[in-house]
Amino acid sequence: MSGNDIREGFFEECEDLLEAISDGFAAMARGQRDSETLNAVFRAVHSIKGGAGAFNLDTLVEFAHKFEGVLDAVRSDQLKVDDVVLRLFHRAGDRLADLVALARDGQIANPADNAALVGELAALIDDDDGAADEAAAAAFVPVTFSLDLFGPADEAGPVRHVIRFTPHRALYTTGNDPALLFQALARLGDLEVSADLSRVPPLSQLEWDDPCIDWTLTLNTEADEAAVRDVFDFVDGLCDLEIVQEGAAPAVFLPPLIEAPPLLVPEIPADDPAPPVAPRLGPVPADPMPEAPAAVQQRATIRVDLERVDRLINLVGELVINQAMLTQSISEVKLPPGNRVEVSLDQLKRLSSEVQERIMAIRAQPVKPLFQRMARIAREAGQAAGKTIYFRTFGDATEVDKTVVERLGDPLTHMIRNAVDHGIESPEKRLTAGKPETGTVVLSAAHRSGRVVIELTDDGAGIDRPKVREIAIRKGLISADKELTDNEIDNLLFLPGFSTKTEVSNLSGRGVGMDVVKSEIQNLGGRVSFGSRPGFGTTVTISLPLTLAVLEGMVVEANGETFILPTTALQETVQADPASIHRIGTDGLFLSIRGGHIPILDLGVCLGLQDRPSDLKGRVLLLLENSSGGRTALAVDRVVDQREVVIKGLEGNYGHVPGIAAATILGDGRIALILDTDELASAMAAEPDPIPQRLAAAGG
Amino acid sequence: MSAVAEPIAVTHREIVSFRVAGQDFCIDIGSVREIRGWTATTVLPHAPDYIRGVMNLRGAVLPVVDLSARLGFGTTEPSERHVVIIVTIGSKTVGMLVDAVSDILSAPTDDFQPTPDVVSDKAKAFVEAVLSVEDRLIRLIELERIMPTSLGIVK
Amino acid sequence: MTLHVLAVDDSRTMRGLLDHALREAGFHVRLAEDGVDGLERLAEATPDIVITDINMPRLDGFGFIEAVRRQRAFRSLPILVLTTESAPELKARARDAGATGWIVKPFDEQKLVDAIQRVTTM
Repeated sequence: MSGNDIREGFFEECEDLLEAISDGFAAMARGQRDSETLNAVFRAVHSIKGGAGAFNLDTLVEFAHKFEGVLDAVRSDQLKVDDVVLRLFHRAGDRLADLVALARDGQIANPADNAALVGELAALIDDDDGAADEAAAAAFVPVTFSLDLFGPADEAGPVRHVIRFTPHRALYTTGNDPALLFQALARLGDLEVSADLSRVPPLSQLEWDDPCIDWTLTLNTEADEAAVRDVFDFVDGLCDLEIVQEGAAPAVFLPPLIEAPPLLVPEIPADDPAPPVAPRLGPVPADPMPEAPAAVQQRATIRVDLERVDRLINLVGELVINQAMLTQSISEVKLPPGNRVEVSLDQLKRLSSEVQERIMAIRAQPVKPLFQRMARIAREAGQAAGKTIYFRTFGDATEVDKTVVERLGDPLTHMIRNAVDHGIESPEKRLTAGKPETGTVVLSAAHRSGRVVIELTDDGAGIDRPKVREIAIRKGLISADKELTDNEIDNLLFLPGFSTKTEVSNLSGRGVGMDVVKSEIQNLGGRVSFGSRPGFGTTVTISLPLTLAVLEGMVVEANGETFILPTTALQETVQADPASIHRIGTDGLFLSIRGGHIPILDLGVCLGLQDRPSDLKGRVLLLLENSSGGRTALAVDRVVDQREVVIKGLEGNYGHVPGIAAATILGDGRIALILDTDELASAMAAEPDPIPQRLAAAGG
Repeated sequence: MSAVAEPIAVTHREIVSFRVAGQDFCIDIGSVREIRGWTATTVLPHAPDYIRGVMNLRGAVLPVVDLSARLGFGTTEPSERHVVIIVTIGSKTVGMLVDAVSDILSAPTDDFQPTPDVVSDKAKAFVEAVLSVEDRLIRLIELERIMPTSLGIVK
Repeated sequence: MTLHVLAVDDSRTMRGLLDHALREAGFHVRLAEDGVDGLERLAEATPDIVITDINMPRLDGFGFIEAVRRQRAFRSLPILVLTTESAPELKARARDAGATGWIVKPFDEQKLVDAIQRVTTM
């Protein structure tokens, strides 16, 4: 293990420790303020400080130290935790997380940034302006063993120290050994040791830890007295010690009564059946063990390089594809029904799909760390908006693919800021509406029918639909006379640049809208939708696939090629009926469906496989909804099947292909390309005709 | 130093030679992963004409370059007799469609000469050096130039 | 003779650092995650020296040292305490519990070896 590994390990451990801190505060917020909860937080802060010290992360050490001091005041009942204190603790925890993140990225944190928070923490323990704390920090300057004292002595030459040393009982009971002290002294210079055994009782009365020996040591050394005293550092207070310097001149001082051997191990009393150190004693004797509860069952885990897991996932993907190929070949052989080959093949299928599922689960991670970060976002958003927010999470243990967890951060952040900013009313409004002053925001995760569903619910005012409609009309997004269902109005919020706030707030109005949230979620193969009840609040629901390695897709054909169309964007499939197709302008074709006109796009033309759209007769139209809220009807020759496909990247060996998201391998071993419907449709949205060029230009 | 003259160490370069449009070409054997018979590819939209499509090599998706088209000799109508040489270019693995693989040769490094003007203009851009073996002129392909530059293959 | 060290610390990082530094110094190292774990490791094989943290879950350093010292076999086993502070009251409490000496974190290899040297016949 190299230093770097340990450093890496430290930051990994910090994640756990920060989680423990966050957990602890959450428990305290629920009223659980027992000493174990507090101790766990204290230990976590303490461990961060300890590790940080090892890597010279001074700002982190200093902040953790101050935080720890305040927590210690709570432990010793000098400080009571109320909601105000807890909120401050939350912020201190957040700051600690920031400092850890900075340190991890190798950035130097500016201690001044902590000053305000440190001041607030110090104020909790009546620590004037943190002044006393400065003193504490100064005291923390690690005491090192003064090795430099062993260095070259002054010009005076060797000095003779006469040391009178009488060990107390406690010196022995703390595992110290006079012989070792003498050894250490002998390393400083010439040492003479003599023992006064006059107080030694008869052997039968001798206690192992009280040998009653007084020692006189004569040390000729170039080291100074401090170095000599330093040898007795550990036994300070455990012995009578007197050190007299005699200058360079050797003088006979108190002749030793008897010559002692240079190394004298304290005698083992004869009446003591066990030697002081008994090797390999076996099980611990039935000595009472204080406050040691039964060992907590810990989940055994191993750390595995992610690349290994991904390679395994790839291989299993191969396995599944090969099995599909085998199935196809066997079906071509036309064996009699109920033959053994097909029975075995069925078993193989079951096994390989289970293996695939299990391996995918390795990449799965609980959403808990993500949710904890969101708790902080909610807190900060509430603070900035002047609203008190009660933030709760459910289903923290729900597991989602690692990449999904990583990429959900931004969309969720935006959604939570939205909920706090636009959803939850001001405290005054809430009181008028007969609601509790504190707004509630709930973030939950659950597995539902093979997908992960994440919901964000607030108990705010709900979507103001007349206002949303009015804004959409004013911005020219819909025509003034258009009748819209509630659902359709809600979906207007996903349109690019849509903001219901007249003035842009500094929180959620930072140029990112729900349109970005939606496209992010769609990029993850997910769907997002609104549900809202005026006066009661809003729920945003995100539904995600369990893994990013497979995708549910329509297998379609166009120009003799097979393509996969992700079902996430697909709304419905319709047969092209000449009665519902209209030509508008020179060659723009539109599908009339339920009063709307949806532009028709020929897949072959989009992909540059043909110049002119084919006759729509007998073809299939796939109704797609893209992230900009627009709809497109994609014309293909035939829909073959709907199935899960394993995603294979194109970019590794080639590069980005406009309109294509990835590839997959079909049952016959051939490759089918997976369509990027958003890219196809967005190129179309601007100019219906020169799509191939635009796409080609976009892809380089 | 010994008085006996040491023979000057001759470094050799191992190459795989193949034919495209009736001409001899070669590449460093170190770049070659394997050689496979032609199998149908899947068309890649918006790709240059010399990108034949993509093929499945044990689960990996590889682009296949029609070397004849790339060198300016016109597109190949591939048949079962055609061969795909799987090569590594930088971090990417790519298939090269050629007419046939001729030989594996070991030639002294000094035998590789700068490209003479006899090679056709378009092909010359892809030829790093030439090698005369008996009466044949074998052109050493500079693999890094084969793929579209926009895809960012770095030497 | 290789010195056997039992290092007890609940921090994975600190265990890693101790393990690394002690091995570098040529010691044989065993690790424990807290006081309870430490007592179990101690029962398996007797080390030449124990190094323990103070703040630990389940059984802290003080409790751990007291429990060790109560066992006759270990009453003169050298035990060094790892402390972050040079706080005198922590040292005093550790010593009351039976600690032989202390190492102030952050430590380096030299500091560790030096402290171990003080309390063992290495």
